[in-house]
Amino acid sequence: MTATQALTGAQTQALLLKLTVLADDEIILAHRCGEWTGHAPILEEDIALANIAQDELGHAGMYLTLAQSLGGSDPDHVAFWRGPDDYRNTRLVELPKGDWAFTMVRQFLYDTSEALWLEAATSSTYAPLAEIAAKAVREEKFHVQHTALWVERLALGTPESERRTQAALTELWPHAAQLFQPIQGEAELTAAGILPDLNAAHARWTDLVTRHLTQKCGLTLPDAPDTQPGRDTHTPHLAPLLEEMQSVAREHPDAEVW
Amino acid sequence: MTAPHTRHAILQALARVPDPEIPVVSITDMGMVRGVTVSDAGRVTVTFTPTFSGCPALHVIRESIEQAVRDLGVTDVEVRSTLTPPWTTDWIGDDARERLRQYGIAPPAPTGEGQLIQLDAEPARCPRCGSLNVRMTASFGPTLCKRMYVCDACREPFEGFKSV
Repeated sequence: MTATQALTGAQTQALLLKLTVLADDEIILAHRCGEWTGHAPILEEDIALANIAQDELGHAGMYLTLAQSLGGSDPDHVAFWRGPDDYRNTRLVELPKGDWAFTMVRQFLYDTSEALWLEAATSSTYAPLAEIAAKAVREEKFHVQHTALWVERLALGTPESERRTQAALTELWPHAAQLFQPIQGEAELTAAGILPDLNAAHARWTDLVTRHLTQKCGLTLPDAPDTQPGRDTHTPHLAPLLEEMQSVAREHPDAEVW
Repeated sequence: MTAPHTRHAILQALARVPDPEIPVVSITDMGMVRGVTVSDAGRVTVTFTPTFSGCPALHVIRESIEQAVRDLGVTDVEVRSTLTPPWTTDWIGDDARERLRQYGIAPPAPTGEGQLIQLDAEPARCPRCGSLNVRMTASFGPTLCKRMYVCDACREPFEGFKSV
């Protein structure tokens, strides 16, 4: 077993936070995907988003299990017993699900960032993280294919679908940059080769999504703000989401068999 | 426990454990069992790898492995999971591919290290009539491992295994 190879105390703490941040984005977005169950425009998409949500929860499970081995809490506890003040997800993923164009544009922006980050993380010098990345990137590939195609279909579809897709992009684009906001201690982990270089991942992502959205889909990118508030600042949408997501666990805290 | 069980006997027992979601193939057919060791003291360790990280059947598989080994009379069993190397559909055996096809699921195409953004799906062959004249109708199916297709030759809808 390639166990924790000599992480310093500071590295362990920073990595714990990073794993929590990654898992939080996955959990919250999975919940938003799940909200389409029974409501998607066609049955196949109902199933597709349920599949995507399941994959994202699988990734969150891997991150949190690794975090637990570094001294973090039990993954179920992390997911179901923290409130909005403790969640560290981006605002991008917590915004309400909106219409179908909004959902697909958000998913595209997120999936491409996740796929590129994971691809880079397969080279992590910290073996347990490289293993998770190698596993997850194979699954993420299908999300990227699916949502890239949907964004294209909507942008080049009818005037109404184009209008909605552009509106979604205009609203979401400023939030997307937050996905590449480093956490405290990230620079040190990157220098040690434990985490991928976030700036490089950001540059690759910008190039990829810009080409797809503007050249292929004919959409217009709005300006993104220069600075972003941190991951501890949430919109009012997170609290009700968590309330719903955690209601069963909190009502039956001792349940062992669901 | 008198004589410790051989690896061979344990592998044979695991080869009878069906995949919970596709019962025509076993967990060894799927390439999920990555290692079996028997210590001198008779402790059996089985290492398996998950197919998809969010597969809801993972705990069922883990319990089934443990039970299959216990059924041989082994009392000391440890089931470990590993992510390295990551599971690939290339590990599905030829015999199992044929059983998948007979069950109506197109076996996975060989995986390639293609580009990340690749909008063309891998080729699939209709499991009923063998035609390649098929259309993918949904890239996500009833389980994480499958996609949905329609055959334009025999008009039948079918499921296809994703190449992972």
